[in-house]
Amino acid sequence: MVSFTPTEEQQMLVDAIHRYAESDVRAIAHEADEAGQLPQEVVDTGWEIGLIPAAIPEDYGGFGAREAVTGVLAAEELAWGDLSLAMKLLAPALFAFPVLSFGTEEQKQDLLPSFGEEFLPMTAALMEPGVFFDAANPATTAAAHNGDIVLNGAKANVPLAADAEKLLVYARDSESGAVGGYIVDRNVDGVTVGEREKLMGIRALETYPVTFSDVRLEKTCQLGGEAGITFQTIHNYSNVALAAMAIGVARAAFEYARDYAKERVQFGVPIATKQAIAFMLAEMAIEVDAARLMTWEAAWMLDQGQDATAEAYLAKDYAAQAALYVTDSAVQTLGGYGFIREYPVERWLRNARGFAMFDGLAIV
Amino acid sequence: MAISFEIPERVKQEAQMAEAMAQGIMRPVSRQLDENEHERPADFIKMIWPVLRDQQARALDKLKAPPDPDKPKREGPGITYLRMMFQVEALSWGDAGQYLCIPSALLAGSAIEAVGTDEQKERFLRRFAEGKDPVWGAMAMTEPNAGSDTKAIEMTAVHDEAGNEWVLNGEKIFITNGGLALIESDGVCVVWATVDRSAGRAGMKPFVVEANTPGVTVTKPEIKHGIRASDTVSISFQDARIPYDNILGDPEVRTGGSRKGFKGAMATFDASRPLVAASALGVGRAALEFVKKKLKKEGIEIPYDRPRHKQTAVQRDVLTMEAQLKAAYLLTLRATSMLDHGQRNSLEASMAKAKAGKAVTEVTQKAVELLGMMGYSREWLVEKWMRDGKINDIYEGTGQINLLIVARRILDYGSQELN
Repeated sequence: MVSFTPTEEQQMLVDAIHRYAESDVRAIAHEADEAGQLPQEVVDTGWEIGLIPAAIPEDYGGFGAREAVTGVLAAEELAWGDLSLAMKLLAPALFAFPVLSFGTEEQKQDLLPSFGEEFLPMTAALMEPGVFFDAANPATTAAAHNGDIVLNGAKANVPLAADAEKLLVYARDSESGAVGGYIVDRNVDGVTVGEREKLMGIRALETYPVTFSDVRLEKTCQLGGEAGITFQTIHNYSNVALAAMAIGVARAAFEYARDYAKERVQFGVPIATKQAIAFMLAEMAIEVDAARLMTWEAAWMLDQGQDATAEAYLAKDYAAQAALYVTDSAVQTLGGYGFIREYPVERWLRNARGFAMFDGLAIV
Repeated sequence: MAISFEIPERVKQEAQMAEAMAQGIMRPVSRQLDENEHERPADFIKMIWPVLRDQQARALDKLKAPPDPDKPKREGPGITYLRMMFQVEALSWGDAGQYLCIPSALLAGSAIEAVGTDEQKERFLRRFAEGKDPVWGAMAMTEPNAGSDTKAIEMTAVHDEAGNEWVLNGEKIFITNGGLALIESDGVCVVWATVDRSAGRAGMKPFVVEANTPGVTVTKPEIKHGIRASDTVSISFQDARIPYDNILGDPEVRTGGSRKGFKGAMATFDASRPLVAASALGVGRAALEFVKKKLKKEGIEIPYDRPRHKQTAVQRDVLTMEAQLKAAYLLTLRATSMLDHGQRNSLEASMAKAKAGKAVTEVTQKAVELLGMMGYSREWLVEKWMRDGKINDIYEGTGQINLLIVARRILDYGSQELN
């Protein structure tokens, strides 16, 4: 039966995140963007909501079950507060969720219980430096050597890499070409975390280039053991997560522009009473809703165990474009003020611009 | 509740049957009917009339029968509108012009259902529930000087107390199935007229005009850009007399807007707009599927989840078409589902209609382009679908009117603040 109403439990979670996003996150978003740093106490407060432990079953130290629909609802709400914060708070899932999906029993027992009461900076390395990147064909390689695995290559845009204890590194098997996941201690020989990156947006999120030169790993470090992973599945969950965050950013901009247009008086009337502005706002509202429905549908399919490759991709692609369009329209609605950094819409535009390129920076 | 996109089996099966019929009966004559405007889709009408007639009969009988206390009440929301959405989509996938020739009460029926008395429902709708020959309903709102601005309607209805009749005078245009309803069958047309021009919207009332009413002349079958199989006419009313009881809803002019009057009729748009959107989706899907089939023949597959720099421009275009249609489909599904849940959906209906009208326009235009001069050729149906699809961005409120409605809703403005 078709329905667009979240469960009561989901709604309570969304409401809780909204309260946090509105009071704690919005208050620091501007300064965090300027300073390039999120206050740890705000991250810790967000961690207390327990989003990641709630997705991990009790057998592995968590207290719930993973659902993509719940995940996208939460991701939108967090990103509505601030995208850097949303990505930082959920970065440990980049590590935990693929382990949950594909880890061997041993890997799950070993790695998942550490996602508990305290924020644990774990992460994953997917993207690579350069203009063109294809997640399904990374240049980073994993080669078998004397019973070990040897990693070589360069990654980029790795969130929290400098603080993370472990990274999940995606690399191409040098024999089969299949994309695998490799669990790497940041401190082992051959792993070099470079200088923090300077990006157009998500400026409060620390991201780094990381290189791997002849990094030797035991065979047990391959995620899923011999069976490995189905990378497309991970990518589908990542696509819906990024789509949801794009919608959160877009919705923030839409709401701000809508309220501003009702307040701002020119020619003796609020500018929202002019069709040129009102129609722009109407289009923004439609695009936000359309992108959200596409994201929900893809997430719902994932929860049903269906192949959602097409839907997740279309949702991410559509939401990325919608977010750019909506945030740009918000800047336009504010006119000159839209260009001033004190107002949040230009930040949202800078953040939204990233979604077309962002890959593997979030997962539900 | 929980978020779900599960389409019930019954709805899917009915849609498949409708599509099979569309393939077998509509598509083979699509081109012929497009080239010979004003010819009727006889096979489609013959095929579907008994189905719709029996549906209408069941609905009317239910109205008359006392409620059966032993019959358990249905739990939860129904699927009436969802079924309609999927069938309209499938039939429009077949041929949007032929689909519009559907022999049923249609918009006239919605108005009569929404504000008519039980006596009126029986008197006006029974003809759609019996007989061998098909019957059509129509709705006449638009006038030469009153399109989206419905309060500019000039057509008058004057109460002649001596004969206890209404006397109608005026000119109505762009009436879908007007000829079929009033000339080619014993149908009805719901006509909007003012009983008091000074009262504005409050003075506007719907009246039921039956076939063979003296003073009613169907004057002009339109020659159109698309949906050429659909019957679109003008109707002139010159001292046309109808019984007093043919007025729908409250005959009194009341300011303050009771739900039964003009606003009640406007609310029927909440139900009809998602169906127009559904029709747009069907035309768009026809074009998209056709393009994908032809590209496949040329060895071009459409890959998902491949980075932009590894897509060709053609693949990119097709993916955009697909995403646009999916967005429109989901907005339509939401607006429709809300009707089934008994929720107010004016905002969502207008969102769906605006998006679907725009999507079908863009998708079909792109389809013609992607297929080169063969897309432009009348040998294939793609160019026809482009012409057919466009109407969905125009009737039942243009894209702009629907944006206006969306804007008012999201801004919490009335027509005074935002016009």
